Formats: sequence, C-alpha cells, structure tokens
Amino acid sequence: MSAQTAHGSSTEKPIAFVSAQALRERMHTAVNDPHLRTSFRGAMDFLMAKRAAQFPDESELASLRSLSEGIRQYSLARLPDLLEQLEASLTLNGVQVHWAETPAEANAIMLGIAQRHSAKLIVKGKSMVSEEIEFNHAMEAAGVGALESDMGEYIVQLAGEKPSHIIMPAIHQTKQQIAKLFAEHIPGVEYTDNVDALIQIGRRVLREKFEIADIGLSGVNFAVAETGTLCLVENEGNGRMCTTVPKVHIAVTGIEKVVEKLEHVAPLFSILTRSATGQAVSTYFNMISGPRKPGEKDGPEEVHLVLLDNGRTQAYADEQLRKTLQCIRCGACMNHCPVYTRIGGHAYGTTYPGPIGKIVSPHMMGLEETHLLPTVSSLCGACGEVCPVKIPIPELLIRLREEAQSEPHAKPAMVGQGAGYNRLASFGWRMWARVYGRPGSYRAFSWLATRLRMFSPSKQGGWTAARTPLTPAPRRLRDMVKDRR
Amino acid sequence: MSARDRILSKLRAGQPAQPLPAPVLDEHFGPRAGTDSPAQRLARFRTGIESFHAEVHITSEAGWPALLARLCADKKVATLLYGADTPAGRRIADAPFAGTTPRAWVGPVEGLKADLFHRIDAGFTQTRGAIAETGTLIVWPSEAEPRTLSLVPPIHFALLDARHIHPTFFDAIRLENWGASLPTNALLISGPSKTADIQQTLAYGAHGPKELVVLVINAEGEPQ
Repeated sequence: MSAQTAHGSSTEKPIAFVSAQALRERMHTAVNDPHLRTSFRGAMDFLMAKRAAQFPDESELASLRSLSEGIRQYSLARLPDLLEQLEASLTLNGVQVHWAETPAEANAIMLGIAQRHSAKLIVKGKSMVSEEIEFNHAMEAAGVGALESDMGEYIVQLAGEKPSHIIMPAIHQTKQQIAKLFAEHIPGVEYTDNVDALIQIGRRVLREKFEIADIGLSGVNFAVAETGTLCLVENEGNGRMCTTVPKVHIAVTGIEKVVEKLEHVAPLFSILTRSATGQAVSTYFNMISGPRKPGEKDGPEEVHLVLLDNGRTQAYADEQLRKTLQCIRCGACMNHCPVYTRIGGHAYGTTYPGPIGKIVSPHMMGLEETHLLPTVSSLCGACGEVCPVKIPIPELLIRLREEAQSEPHAKPAMVGQGAGYNRLASFGWRMWARVYGRPGSYRAFSWLATRLRMFSPSKQGGWTAARTPLTPAPRRLRDMVKDRR
Repeated sequence: MSARDRILSKLRAGQPAQPLPAPVLDEHFGPRAGTDSPAQRLARFRTGIESFHAEVHITSEAGWPALLARLCADKKVATLLYGADTPAGRRIADAPFAGTTPRAWVGPVEGLKADLFHRIDAGFTQTRGAIAETGTLIVWPSEAEPRTLSLVPPIHFALLDARHIHPTFFDAIRLENWGASLPTNALLISGPSKTADIQQTLAYGAHGPKELVVLVINAEGEPQ
C-alpha cells in the first residue's frame, strides 16, 4: 500500500509563492472570515498566556535571552568553521553529510538516497525545511510516498493544505473539521470529535507506517559541531520513531542551525520550548550522534544530513540581515503578532508565516515575489520584544522595505532589490522630503495647504479604501500658537 | 566547485573579520544550580515530571523488583521487555512476577519488530540520571537497552537512582562532560508522549508510550 492511498489528496501545487495581488486578496479574504479570526484569536491568546507563565522572573528571562542571543551570534560569526567542524565530527561518527544550494538540489540528493534503497515510503517527523523545499511534492512526483507523522502535519496533509503555524501546523482546523477529515479519508473510521479518540486513530494509522517505512525524515533543531550531534525537540514521539525505526534516517536542515558545543544547546533548548508552547521542557529531546554501531540492536543503519543554503548565505553576507539567521523557529513572534492573529498563517502564502516569515522569505524567494511581505506589518514591535534570541524584527522589516522599494542599483544586498520601486512614489517622497526638510519651504507649503484645503481630492488611493479622506486643518498649529500669545 | 565549496566560500566572504567572544554560560547557570539538598532535588524532579503525567514511586535498591512486578500486575502487563545485560536487568529475571512474562531483548530489532509493535505491553530501562529543574529523565540507550525499548511499548518503566539528579540540563552536560563522548542516541524524557495539535487540547499517548512510570531508588541520597 502506498502512502498516497493513506492520504487521498497529495500536495498538488507549491504555495510557497504568491504574487503581490494575490497576497492582498488573501489577506482581504482572511480578515473577512469571522470563523478564522475567532479561532486564531483564541489560539494566540492561549499561547501568549502559556509563554508568559513560563517566565515569572523577568531578570531570569532577560539573562537567558542575552545568553541565547550571544550563543547564536557567536555561532554565526564562526559559521563556516563550525559547518566544517560539524561535517568532520559527523563523518567520524558515521553520518553522511550532503550540501545543497537550492531546494531542487536538496530534493535530488534525498530522492537519490530513496532510490538507492528502492524506498516506497518515507515517514516524516516535523520539518519546516522540508516544507520550504516542497519535499513531499518532489518525492510524490517521483513515485515515492512521503507521509507526515506529526499529528498536526498529518492532519494538514490529509486536508491537502500547508501548515498555518510553524509549531502548531493545524491550528486553523477545528476538531469537528478534523473529525470529518478522518472519517472521510481513513478507512473504517467513523465520525468522532473526541480529541483523545482522534489522537488514538492517528496513533494507530501512523504506527503501522513507522513499522514498514523504508526511510525516516526529520528536521534538526540544533546541530552540535564539537560532538557531531543532531538534536530534535518534540512531544509526540514521532520524531524518535522516524529517526529510530526505519533503516535509513535523513535529516535536513538550514546551514544556520549549528552551534559549537553541546552545552550551548542547554539554554537554547530551555528558551525554545518556553517561548514556543509555554512548556518548561518538551517530552523528548533526542540527541543523535550516529547510526547503529556494531553490537547495537536498533537504530538506523544509515544516517544522512542534508545542509541547505536556499538564500541563507545572502542574508549572512550583510551584517544587519545576518541577524535573521539567529532564529531558532519557536514561533513566538507569530503568536504575538496582531497581523498574524487577524489573517492567520495561510494568507501570507509563504512556507514560514508571520514576522519570521516576512524576514526570511525574501532571502529564500527573492524580493520580486515577496516585496510586499515586509509591509504586512504595523511595526508594533511585539515580535522583537518576545524573540528569545533578540532578532530586531521591526528593524529588519524596515530594512527590507528599503531594499524592496529603493531604486534598483548595481550592487544590491538582495536578489530582487528594487522590485517594489515605483518612480512616481519615489518622486513624490523626494519632493515631500525637500519641502519638509527646510523651514522656509515647509512654512510656505503649510500656509498654502490650509488655504487650498477645499481642493483636497476625495479619492486618495489606498488610504480612502477604508478611511475618510485626509484634509489639511483650517489653521496651522503655528498660527494657533501665535493667537494664544 | 561543489555546492559545499560554494556555500563555504560565500560564508567566508561574508564572515565578520573579528570573531565574537565565546559565550559565558556559568553566569546564568551558576546561581540556578542552587544549594538544593538531594532530597529537595528529588522533590523538584518529582513535581515536574508528575505535572507531565508521569507516575513516580519511591522504592529502594532491595525492593524495586517486587514493586515493578506488582505494578506490572496492576497494569495488566502480559509481556515486559527489558535488557538483560545490565545491573538492573540481571535482577528482573528473579522478580516475583505474577501474570507478567519478563522477556529479555535478544538480537537485532529486525527479529522482534512485529512483537515490539504489537505484542509487548511494557518496556523497562535504567536511566542515567535526571534533571530537577524540569522534571526530566536522562536515558542513554545502549547495546543492552536499545533505543526503541523506551519508545515503542505503551508503558515505559524507568529506574532512577536519586543520587544522579542534576539541578539543570547544563549541570548534567558539564559535570559528566558529555561533550567528550556521547552515545549514538541520548535522550531527555519528560513524561509520556503527548500532543496538543488538535485545538490545543492536550492528549497523552501520541506516538510513544502512553504511560511513564518512574521507580526511584536511593531517595535518601547519601552516596554509598
């Protein structure tokens, strides 16, 4: 039995990509969906409260954030050295290391491994990088089944959707929807919206797959250079199943996930689970340092690590943009984001939604496709405040707006720089700066504006789509002040 | 040039000229190690892991096999899988089981996979120690106690020596110098498997064990 029969609808088309117009439409649709807004509001309130409860001591949080930021920045400053050290340690441990610059390369490497083993079924632990490269799509196109085993990912795959949250993939689905989905797609299952019963159904179906799968795929939360260790954080045990039971384990990760020492993982792990789901610790922390050794009785016979670039080296080359790579993928920024809470994860149309998605996606996909993303923000600053590794997300959003909207130039820091450049708008802002930058011209302009206020246009582009038109005040502040004296 | 070389050369070109100072972890963790007595550490560990739905029983070096046998009977465990070639394993064969067949793990997993997935009710492992701060067991699978022993059977019995409870994960790594040698698989386990992926509703028994039962010995704490 192939994986496809277990989940009727396979991933048809990549959605890690939306045009600017489609982004506006998706956001509009999402904002006008009261059901979606209620469920995201509830879920985000829940996650925010759980996180807050994990950090009762502000000084401890401050100290842990500074330490975590320091570790990530230290690791990134040494990234090429640490990657080489990681490769050497892993090789010594018997793990095969592969490098891929693009999603297509990464998929080709993994498909090669699958074909060498004549694999029919790959069971997957949760991996956002595998979503980023459209792994399931690539495997299924080549006739290899790829089955998600994280409960949330399994649900999303059954529904033919993409995760709407990086930690809680099926956060947009209600238990009634999931009950319907299970009853429709899993043979012999009757409708039940009892959560325990639904989980037991998932457990039963997926255990059969763990037992027979040829390959297990996982992501990586931290890769330790000194020991050659891949660390995985999870609650369900499916990550352990995928990395332990099948004969081959393939881990795929972005190149930024490496740290130097095992002890560096301790604070990052602590702040990760607390920031993500408000858990003091996850059920499992799985440290993998190699395949089955002679004498050992289980574990995979082969372990592979695929290191993926996909735009990360571009972010790395710029001192400010490099901070993007500090991310440990906790999702706290989306949980606290007023925009994410209102439009949900799917509206963004990118693999990574929310604030983190807005700052990583432009590197992965280029600004041509994503130049509007950094503007999907009120710059309220909540994301930066809760980030466990202190990524200055609002500053990066402003920087990306600048990259997107400045006039195209010869030595851009990013692919697609200037994609959002608009000659007229730029001219307008230049004029505005000229007028407002000099006291004399500003006074003359404001004098004129108050006198010509009746000529203010009633249609003012995007502004009047949802607001009343802007009209200059009848009197200037300076005149009112003068009257008072 | 290979993908590897291209990635590394791009990174080298962008690498900051000055390396950053190595992070200092002791400043953060020093005060957190605290001055808890072994009994206080055990109490913290217990509160933590019980909050994650694990069951904790305080027993003794002499008494744990009998307690294990009784718990197996209570939980209607027909077959208990364990690793025979360990100090604890050697005592299981003589435990007073009633209605439970202890089965020693023999040979590679391929030979008992079907039983492991369908016919074994519980697995027993030793632990390397625990972490007080979070209520976490440290389990290092080995030749004698394979990785799946603590994963596939619906119930996991774990034997913990209370003298090996560390204040934090960091202290365990530091004190036991994990950086120098790690097994092929090392685990931190905090409760039975769980998920909140359906409407944030917590459900236990996701893909791993549905129950985690910890038997604590040497709770009085003094080293032998």
